[in-house]
Amino acid sequence: MTLVIVTVMPKKGVLDPQGQAVQGALSHMGFADIGDVRVGKRIELEINGHDPAAQADKMCQDLLANQLIEDYSVEVQG
Amino acid sequence: MSATRVAVLRFPGTLDHESAALAVQAVGGEPVFTHHMDTSLPEGATAVVIPGGFSYGDHLRPGALASRTPILGAVKRHAADGGRVLGICNGFQILCESGLLPGVLRPNASLQFICRQADLEVADPGTPWTGGRLAGEVLSVPFKHHDGAWFGDPGESRVVLRYKGENPNGSIDKIAGITNLAGNVMGLMPHPEEACDPLLGSVDGRALFAALLA
Repeated sequence: MTLVIVTVMPKKGVLDPQGQAVQGALSHMGFADIGDVRVGKRIELEINGHDPAAQADKMCQDLLANQLIEDYSVEVQG
Repeated sequence: MSATRVAVLRFPGTLDHESAALAVQAVGGEPVFTHHMDTSLPEGATAVVIPGGFSYGDHLRPGALASRTPILGAVKRHAADGGRVLGICNGFQILCESGLLPGVLRPNASLQFICRQADLEVADPGTPWTGGRLAGEVLSVPFKHHDGAWFGDPGESRVVLRYKGENPNGSIDKIAGITNLAGNVMGLMPHPEEACDPLLGSVDGRALFAALLA
């Protein structure tokens, strides 16, 4: 069993209202140094079999990310 | 002659199937509820409605999980043969996620859930979905959604309906509803099934359901 971490983020240049809302809140709370905020998601996959990275990549393309608006990255852990 | 059968899809979390079925009846069709794990449409069904709701709890992305269920394979074959498909709200999201319509529905720019009556302007009068209304004519139809901002390339579709006046959700070009280039697959965020009975204040939604039977 291999643990694979998939990170899905809104594409650069695509409006991220969630990130903007969080940025606004942090700013109101007094975090004066806050710059751009973007909110994405982390997906942990336990994968059996060979080439877990390739399997995870296929899963991202077929379901986990919508590449019109999201970028993803795949990281295989030990 | 028996009424035209229209498949009304149901996923876990679908909410508006009863209203959609009533709307199909209002225009003289026979609705047939259809399970998401079915691999084919009901016998004799000549059109498909994908109603609104929160299929699979909107997990991952609205419509993403529903669009990968077996019944969508049957809907894709139906659409490829030129059959008509109407996706409403979550149904629109499912059609975009399945690739039957271009683009994707993103969270409203305000991040608010918005529920109100809207004026929808006919942008492309040449599709079957607006009952022969002219460009610029208005349909009064309610909407209720959190993820209704259509994002994509309008050139990959035909823009059928736009919000008149201010843009409620931040969709590209104020888009409320589109078809595929062939015109047989229609998706919109507003709810025409809630505008099919005079008691609800508007019957403008009937045109979209009548198109399923034409």
